[in-house]
Amino acid sequence: MTIAPDVLERHGLKADEYQRIVDALKREPTLTELGIFSVMWSEHCSYKSSRVHLRTLPTTGPRVLQGPGENAGAVDIGDGLAAVFKIESHNHPSFIEPYQGAATGVGGIIRDIFTMGARPIALLNSLRFGPLDDPLVRRTFAGVVAGIAGYGNSIGIPTVGGEVGFDESYTGNPLVNVFCLGIANAVDIIKGVASGAGNAVYYVGAKTGRDGIHGATMASAEFDEKSAEKRPAVQVGDPFMEKLLLEACLEVMKTDALIGIQDMGAAGLTCSTSEMGSRGGAGVEIDVSLVPQRESGMTPYEIMLSESQERMLMVVKCGREAEVEQVFEKWDLHAVRVGEVTTDGKLRVKNRGEVVAEIPNGALTDEAPVYRRPMAEPVYIKEVQQLSLASLGTPAAPAEIFRRLLASPTIASKRWVYRQYDHMVRTNTLVMPGMGAGVVRVKGTNRALAMSVDCNSRFVYLDPFAGAQLAVAEAARNVACAGGVPIGATNCLNFGNPERPEIMWQFAKAVEGMGAACRALDIPITGGNVSLYNETDGRAVLPTPVLGVVGLIDEADKVVRRAFQGAGDVVIMLGETREELGGSEYLKVMHGLIRGVPPVLDLAREAALHRVLIDGASTGVIRSAQDCSEGGFAATLAECCIGTGLGVDVEMPGAACATPGLGDIATLFSESASRVVVSVAAGREADLLALAARQGVPARRIGIVGGARIRVSIDRRRVLDEPLSEAEHTWTTAIERFFESARAIA
Amino acid sequence: MKFAVVVFPGSNCDHDAHYAATHVLGQQAEYVWHKDTSLGNADVVILPGGFAHGDYLRTGAIARFSPVMAEVRRFADAGGPVLGICNGFQVLLEAGLLPGAMLRNRSVRFQCEHVLIKTEQTDTPFTLACRPGQVLRIPIAHGEGNYYAEPDVVARLEKNRQVVFRYTNAEGVQTEGANPNGSVGNIAGLCNERRNVVGLMPHPERACELALGSSDGLVLFDSVVRAVTQGAFAAAR
Repeated sequence: MTIAPDVLERHGLKADEYQRIVDALKREPTLTELGIFSVMWSEHCSYKSSRVHLRTLPTTGPRVLQGPGENAGAVDIGDGLAAVFKIESHNHPSFIEPYQGAATGVGGIIRDIFTMGARPIALLNSLRFGPLDDPLVRRTFAGVVAGIAGYGNSIGIPTVGGEVGFDESYTGNPLVNVFCLGIANAVDIIKGVASGAGNAVYYVGAKTGRDGIHGATMASAEFDEKSAEKRPAVQVGDPFMEKLLLEACLEVMKTDALIGIQDMGAAGLTCSTSEMGSRGGAGVEIDVSLVPQRESGMTPYEIMLSESQERMLMVVKCGREAEVEQVFEKWDLHAVRVGEVTTDGKLRVKNRGEVVAEIPNGALTDEAPVYRRPMAEPVYIKEVQQLSLASLGTPAAPAEIFRRLLASPTIASKRWVYRQYDHMVRTNTLVMPGMGAGVVRVKGTNRALAMSVDCNSRFVYLDPFAGAQLAVAEAARNVACAGGVPIGATNCLNFGNPERPEIMWQFAKAVEGMGAACRALDIPITGGNVSLYNETDGRAVLPTPVLGVVGLIDEADKVVRRAFQGAGDVVIMLGETREELGGSEYLKVMHGLIRGVPPVLDLAREAALHRVLIDGASTGVIRSAQDCSEGGFAATLAECCIGTGLGVDVEMPGAACATPGLGDIATLFSESASRVVVSVAAGREADLLALAARQGVPARRIGIVGGARIRVSIDRRRVLDEPLSEAEHTWTTAIERFFESARAIA
Repeated sequence: MKFAVVVFPGSNCDHDAHYAATHVLGQQAEYVWHKDTSLGNADVVILPGGFAHGDYLRTGAIARFSPVMAEVRRFADAGGPVLGICNGFQVLLEAGLLPGAMLRNRSVRFQCEHVLIKTEQTDTPFTLACRPGQVLRIPIAHGEGNYYAEPDVVARLEKNRQVVFRYTNAEGVQTEGANPNGSVGNIAGLCNERRNVVGLMPHPERACELALGSSDGLVLFDSVVRAVTQGAFAAAR
């Protein structure tokens, strides 16, 4: 049979890719085979555009137990335990159907973690939406948050932190990146491999339906006005089913009866069979007629490509089948033998005994196309890097800017969001969401893990290399603020259409920057996810390479929190403030601009700052720590006060400023990197200053905690004097006010 | 003494209740699978939080048919202390061990946050170590915690002093603002007429250690340890 061009197009395959298929098979493919190739060679599964760049990232280190290539990465956290973690995107489905798109994103990443033999104990998410005054955006935002809550809450994994950002570029293409971390005994980590000819291949979990067919292909295309028609490609999540699957899998893993296990995520049965076979150097043969089906009359094509949720594929040791079946029966789950491991290295799919597809695993995995796509610096870069602060006129009064920044949804409290997430279940949460890095203790040890996901996409837009470095620095800094030593990272790279040279350039530069920063800060990246084609009607999102960093805290009771701890404590500023308003929240909120160059980052100094934070935490000198990011020093100061009932009175030296009349603005709202506001008990300031001096980190006593106002003087002039209660109200209620005012109008 | 922590397939606070009983209180605890027909020789039964059977229908609606529930009922009828937390409370309502029902939160959203509740009754096995009127800071985490009962039922609950916990402000005053979910009469927790079965929406097992933000929930567990030790609510096993 010959495949018509329109069939190829519907499968997202190019003519030259089709030729490669014919070459690999040495014949024309069947329609089922074409479907299998199309999902495995989709951008989403094959990383064909990104792979050459991803190879440059640092992925090894003394603590790395599992690097990229498995379901998730793993690092050694001592006591024989491993932290298993990964971040993944579910952007496209979340735009088409916000609740289910986000919910199944959570479900997918949770499966990736427990597939490794780890019990998931924490979730974080990194979300991006358009501006909240758009009702359609509010609907997407509310739906995504409810979807994350609906899934995570039900399954009982706390969402302990994350970030939410807002920008026009995400209006038609929100970003939903979900991070999950689990704990496993290091020796019990189990992989997605199929080996040992004759071992049984089991299908477990939910039945297969027609949902999600071509989800991976959808996630590899841009959006246009017809995207709503793609709704059937979004899967529907069943967190209860996943909970059963989680418990049953962890129970069965204790029996030592498994060779390997892999979840069926993108590309479903196709991906799990071919990848497990490929990793194990074996073949896998299954008969799709044995697969439990939710609908009647499903074709082999549909069964192989379905992305129905809450399903796993397992290879069971010969002779141990009954044990495994017994566990799944206890949990009222299907566990069906659908095939076996073979020696020929092929994926063989049968339907009632008749072969309907037979493909060498390698052709689907390692030998999938790899592209070195053309790159070109976008023309916008040189233009947007030009910034004349002087031409913006006389700046508004600091108090007005301060209030408007605190009310900016990107800076304001995300309570409206995290209140909907169960963030305390499992009784490990030491630092609640909205307070910097999320921190959970590891039961059975004295340790705790700090986690943060970060990216300032404006910086990446202005300079992808520098912006990605800043994302790494910020995530690691947040973890260090809690007292955590950064020991591993996972990335989620959200970009536009890689077939456009300027997008590919953004991508390549960002990966380069991320790699350089991770190397300098000694943080291996153990896995992650790439999401391309984040465009609607030809407009790409701001490039958003999110980094999730995991930090280890040896003594859980030494964890440092964001909030000031007591009146009379001394406030110390670590780091230097410069006139660095490029890409700042100030420029965006007050002038509607994303311009200039991002703040300068000295990675050696950043590393030194982390050492000060970590030592200051472990010795108990530092009582609170919060880094300066969006909104600069002023916003940070407010965040340290909010929720404590404690005000602050500080005196700052004016930042050196080339633009006349902008000194106060720069001091208060610059987003210079490598800065942290810490507090220490009265009498301990010398200890901290000495510690900072030893590491070569600039440190200065700037004031005292106390009173009921946020007071800032610059060079002995009072420039800010706001009642804490008002700042707190503005910051706390900013996001919910968008929903209340909308309700009032309706 | 020994706690039995009932595990429905969708329970997700079972580990937390077990941890509080064993690691924080230093007592024994055992998980009891919902298909089991024995509670072992437990002195106290906890129905933990979670989503017992997914709860897509009505929270706890299917759990009352789990085999273990007949045994829980027998244990309760014999006077044994039973605590239902969050979903466990919902299960007790559906099983008819406590009166009333749950509606969706007034906000129609899931809510997870610390709230304040006032202990109104100290003659139950789970509150006898409380000071009368003691205000506790304990987290809630639910989407359907809006307690409802017909007015005559509420009147009977009040008359029989069966409202054990009420959402209040820090001074112990029942206000609208202190009510997180719209519950009638700010009711956060109840007991049965015999006073040995207690259900509440807040999670005391999440408030047993200061490191987690509050240890106010410990008093419920301390109470039942004292109650059992004194033989006040011993079940006929």
